[in-house]
Amino acid sequence: MHHVILERWSQRSSALHARDARAKIIALLGFLIALSTTPSAAQFRIAAYGAVAILAILIGRVPLFGLLLRAGVVLPFSLTFAIISWFMGDHMRAVALVEKTYLSAAAVLTVAGTTPLPALLKGFESLGAPRVLISVIQFLYRYLFVISEQAQHMRIAAACRAGLRKISRRNRFQAAAGALGVLFARSYHRADGIYRAMLARGYNGHIPVAAPARFGAMDAAFAVLALAAFAALRIAPY
Amino acid sequence: MEFLVHVHNLSYQYDDGTKALDGVNFYLFPGETVALFGANGSGKTTFVSHLNGLLHGNGRVDVCGMRVGKDTLAAVRSKVGMVFQDSDEQLFMPTVLEDVAFGPLNLGMSRVDAIVKATWALTEVGMEHALDKAPYHLSAGEKKRVALAGVLAMSPEILVLDEPTTYLDPPGRRNLVELLQRLPQAKLIVTHDVQFALALASRAVFFENGKAIGDGPVEQIVRRFEWNVSYAMLPSGRG
Repeated sequence: MHHVILERWSQRSSALHARDARAKIIALLGFLIALSTTPSAAQFRIAAYGAVAILAILIGRVPLFGLLLRAGVVLPFSLTFAIISWFMGDHMRAVALVEKTYLSAAAVLTVAGTTPLPALLKGFESLGAPRVLISVIQFLYRYLFVISEQAQHMRIAAACRAGLRKISRRNRFQAAAGALGVLFARSYHRADGIYRAMLARGYNGHIPVAAPARFGAMDAAFAVLALAAFAALRIAPY
Repeated sequence: MEFLVHVHNLSYQYDDGTKALDGVNFYLFPGETVALFGANGSGKTTFVSHLNGLLHGNGRVDVCGMRVGKDTLAAVRSKVGMVFQDSDEQLFMPTVLEDVAFGPLNLGMSRVDAIVKATWALTEVGMEHALDKAPYHLSAGEKKRVALAGVLAMSPEILVLDEPTTYLDPPGRRNLVELLQRLPQAKLIVTHDVQFALALASRAVFFENGKAIGDGPVEQIVRRFEWNVSYAMLPSGRG
């Protein structure tokens, strides 16, 4: 089974990996707020945010090129709005829009790449994110791979029976729609099975947490220092 | 000796009108291992789903002296540990430890006690090295062991295993037999695997069209219903 690369990165060890998820989430929020409220003309400061992001990637021992490449996934969206701003004559704003969205994506990926998803979700939950939402994401993540594996099996089975005949686009769409329907029905059936398995072990509507994470002095120091640094960058005169 | 499980005249009909169980009678003694045989759709899984109140049919189901009903569900589910056919459905928590601790926490144990119990259960099944692993990183055999640990952590008196050898290779099956032989609980095993049943069970019950139509020693039931797979009478495929 192939797993997302972020998960592999999150299993590594570094000073950033060792920090509690909550400390990283708080620092990330500070970074995003400071970055997004920095004036577009403050290019030195935006460059400094970039330097901070790169420093975090290096400390987190996450592949720099790989992460920066993946952060580019936001560019098609931000470029669209940047082009609109450019043609409206606001060139500085267009450039800043691309820079800010790209750096935000890089920062989010850095946190996601240095924190295993279960710890990240626990962090969000203990910071007050709705439990239902966290449970949905947790189940989605747990079964995404199972369902995608089923989809791959179906695709292979379909390809094995395709023979040499060239299949029209229309037929291909029909087959894909059918496969999607089957996949949905199977997922529904599986959800029922999971619920039964949960009931069998005493589930009463609340998913208990066995080992809550500890927020130590180092984590608090990290969060405070990060917030102070971002605040300083935000109010810097350049 | 007192029955651990006593089922009297149990019938069940699905919403679409399909009669899944029709007047089933069954008993299980402490420490006993019973295999449930029968064709697909004969009612075996529907039957065992009644033992911890996942389904409610007509008739009487008693487990450890308690009549299974809404008032006794929590207590009954702590006594009957169900290991499902598809381990992926049973292992839904992010890590192995959290998954195994799920049951004990639901029983009201403190976090520390639940973790101690989960660690003990994982050691029992030889999976103590996988505490922090994500369930989807495990092999089919390992998943089955962890699923079993999740049930053992609740200290059940009865283990119900639904097709436990599905997805397991021969070494995985052998390991599972050795593991189950060590466990003192009474066991109810839904299976098509005759060799597996012979290695573990002393008695078998045969299901057909929702009825328990045979009950006796495993060898006798296998012979009576010709349930052993033998290809000896077929022409050899070797050229």
